[in-house]
Amino acid sequence: MAVERSLLEVNNLQVGFRFGEVYHNAVDGVSLTLKNNEILAIVGESGCGKSTLATSIMGLHDPKNTKISGEVLYKDLNLLDLNEKLYNRIRGNDIGMIFQDPLGSLNPLMTIFNQISEALEYHSDMNEEQRKARVLELLNQVGIPRPEQIMKAYPHELSGGMRQRVVIAIALANKPPIIIADEPTTALDVTIQAQILDLMNDIQDETGSGIILITHDLGVVAETADRVAVMYAGQIVEEAPVEELFANPLHPYTRSLLNSIPHELESDDDELHVIHGTVPSLQKLPRKGCRFAPRIPWIADEAHEEDPVLHEVSPNHKVRCTCWKHFHFEGEEK
Amino acid sequence: MGFIEVKDLKVHYPIRGGVLNTIQDHVRAVDGVNLTIESGKTYGLVGESGSGKTTIGKTIIGLEKATSGQIFYEGQNVTNKARSRKEKYAAYNKDVQMIFQDATSSMNPKKRILDVIAEPMRNYFSYTPDEIKRKVVDLLEIVGMNEEAMYKYPHEFSGGQRQRIGVARAVASDPKLIIADEPTSALDLSVQAQVLNFMRRIQKEFGLSYLFISHDLGVVQHMSDDIAIMHKGRFVEQGSRKAVYNNPQHIYTKRLLSAIPDMDPTTRHAHKIERQRVEAEYDAQETDYYDTDGRVYDLQNFGENHLVALKPEAPNASLQNEKLNTGGER
Ligand SMILES: Nc1ncnc2c1ncn2[C@@H]1O[C@H](COP(=O)(O)OP(=O)(O)OP(=O)(O)O)[C@@H](O)[C@H]1O
Ligand SMILES: Nc1ncnc2c1ncn2[C@@H]1O[C@H](COP(=O)(O)OP(=O)(O)OP(=O)(O)O)[C@@H](O)[C@H]1O
Ligand code: SF4
Ligand SMILES: [Mg+2]
Ligand SMILES: [Mg+2]
Repeated sequence: MAVERSLLEVNNLQVGFRFGEVYHNAVDGVSLTLKNNEILAIVGESGCGKSTLATSIMGLHDPKNTKISGEVLYKDLNLLDLNEKLYNRIRGNDIGMIFQDPLGSLNPLMTIFNQISEALEYHSDMNEEQRKARVLELLNQVGIPRPEQIMKAYPHELSGGMRQRVVIAIALANKPPIIIADEPTTALDVTIQAQILDLMNDIQDETGSGIILITHDLGVVAETADRVAVMYAGQIVEEAPVEELFANPLHPYTRSLLNSIPHELESDDDELHVIHGTVPSLQKLPRKGCRFAPRIPWIADEAHEEDPVLHEVSPNHKVRCTCWKHFHFEGEEK
Repeated sequence: MGFIEVKDLKVHYPIRGGVLNTIQDHVRAVDGVNLTIESGKTYGLVGESGSGKTTIGKTIIGLEKATSGQIFYEGQNVTNKARSRKEKYAAYNKDVQMIFQDATSSMNPKKRILDVIAEPMRNYFSYTPDEIKRKVVDLLEIVGMNEEAMYKYPHEFSGGQRQRIGVARAVASDPKLIIADEPTSALDLSVQAQVLNFMRRIQKEFGLSYLFISHDLGVVQHMSDDIAIMHKGRFVEQGSRKAVYNNPQHIYTKRLLSAIPDMDPTTRHAHKIERQRVEAEYDAQETDYYDTDGRVYDLQNFGENHLVALKPEAPNASLQNEKLNTGGER
């Protein structure tokens, strides 16, 4: 079978956090592939495991309190089997990560120049002068004003969005073939967001990188992604090419999300659509049956599959379970 | 008259350098901003990243020092006094709260969530431990979180969950003004909807005001009565939501509006071309909208509840209004 070779392949990934003596999975059987030149967006409710998925691909979990199983295949290696030394070679060089929490991923005691330069030092043999030129180039590319000055500044002297751009510059420094971007532009105004997304596209044109873009901004998804995976409670519930997902969303969770987009208020009592109930904590999450069923209690129990699995409903469009055939919003006729 | 008046606020940070690490220059983070906050209203503050939005918020609650200008609370000058422990500033301290952009770094990692949220209640009220617990449970529920969260520590939560904890904490002291710095930017749409609905509900009930800082122009449009657009430490445009969104005048406002991502993947190419057209227009017209030092002009009246920072001699005629009224429609 002639299949386009994927750049990264995640198979049945499970990531559990330890609570006392037991582990509860935050990522619960996720499989996905990333191809060259592709932007795969991951969207999903807050706490559904997106960042956990990203950091476990990067091998950044504390082994004492985390249990990981499954496979993360890259260049015939299962990254989950690598020791720390090998992983360090992969990080930054092969996989660049943009972390969700920019302040937490910068060293407060190091200047911006030193932090970016460190990433370059580790993976290339540039001399001091070349590194300085490259740092300036990167800061310019991510739209940092006064780069000569900012280079000498410390993280606390930068605005939220400027820190975020420094983190992006570090991730892109070595032009890695895989970029994992966890909410890369949420701290940025839309003009700089557009600039960063254009930059990621340019890098992609140049190096053919594959990008995993974690975001909850559906506008960003619509403007940049090729494919979209929607996660709920540790699992993928829907996956489709971007046009298909927006034109024909099927899973009740996806449809509910699209329904919550803010709009200009028509009246004082106008409220945004909210999904019924709350996401249970990891310890309380039911592991059998449909995880989303409690959020749509007006749908009859018989409508849900007992142990919902992903079905391919049209080419490349996968949906968990068959309940979508019966779904309607509360108070709406089917 | 508003219960909070910000007058010609300037916040300049020194830039140090050279061998002796002396002050070489200043970053004019906030450079002459006026703001009136009336009760029960929401003021949206949007603008370029690094334009000074957080600095305005932090200066109002006293985490940064004003270089010049004044802040009045109920007519009392409270400039640089917000952190004062003096009794006469106690009401101000309680009544103005902030939800921080960086939720993680604003929380003490060694404190349980119960204590994080209860802190303002303990500071300003004399509730019993049981009452505090009950209130914390209520607040958690409102922001869509379970009771068990109380006994966990900040690192055990996702980015969005921590942001919700920050919202619960800001509301805990029954303030009159909440400065909300990107309160929902880490949240998915449904939880965002929940938090925004909640913020509007308590606003209706208690007459609360918000200074709502966000990069999400859709969220700002949903929440705000009035909007200020900020660039380079100053306001380029200010006024009612309708005036700013439907009739943008400043070139920066237009550029910002044209960059709002479009929810329709099929038109993304056309949208990108339009965005780049406005960017080019911005580059071409920049000198008409900023003085020779690159500074934003003073605001002028443009229409009812609509101020625009135009070049002093530029005619603010309706003719120009019509001519400019084509771009930026959302
Ligand atoms: N170190 C940890 N210990 C225990 N639980 C954790 C830890 N890190 C995350 N969790 C839990 O795992 C779940 C998934 O968290 P994760 O950070 O992956 O969510 P997310 O999808 O990135 O959410 P957000 O959109 O809010 O960033 C959450 O329920 C969270 O509380
Ligand atoms: N402690 C500080 N020392 C020196 N400069 C600072 C300090 N804090 C902020 N600045 C500078 O002040 C300017 C305004 O920063 P501020 O955080 O107010 O921006 P912002 O509008 O909130 O941006 P964002 O949308 O990115 O959060 C920036 O140029 C920043 O570098
Ligand atoms: S049909 Fe299946 S996937 Fe859909 S809500 Fe019910 S159990 Fe969940
Ligand atoms: Mg996350
Ligand atoms: Mg800010």
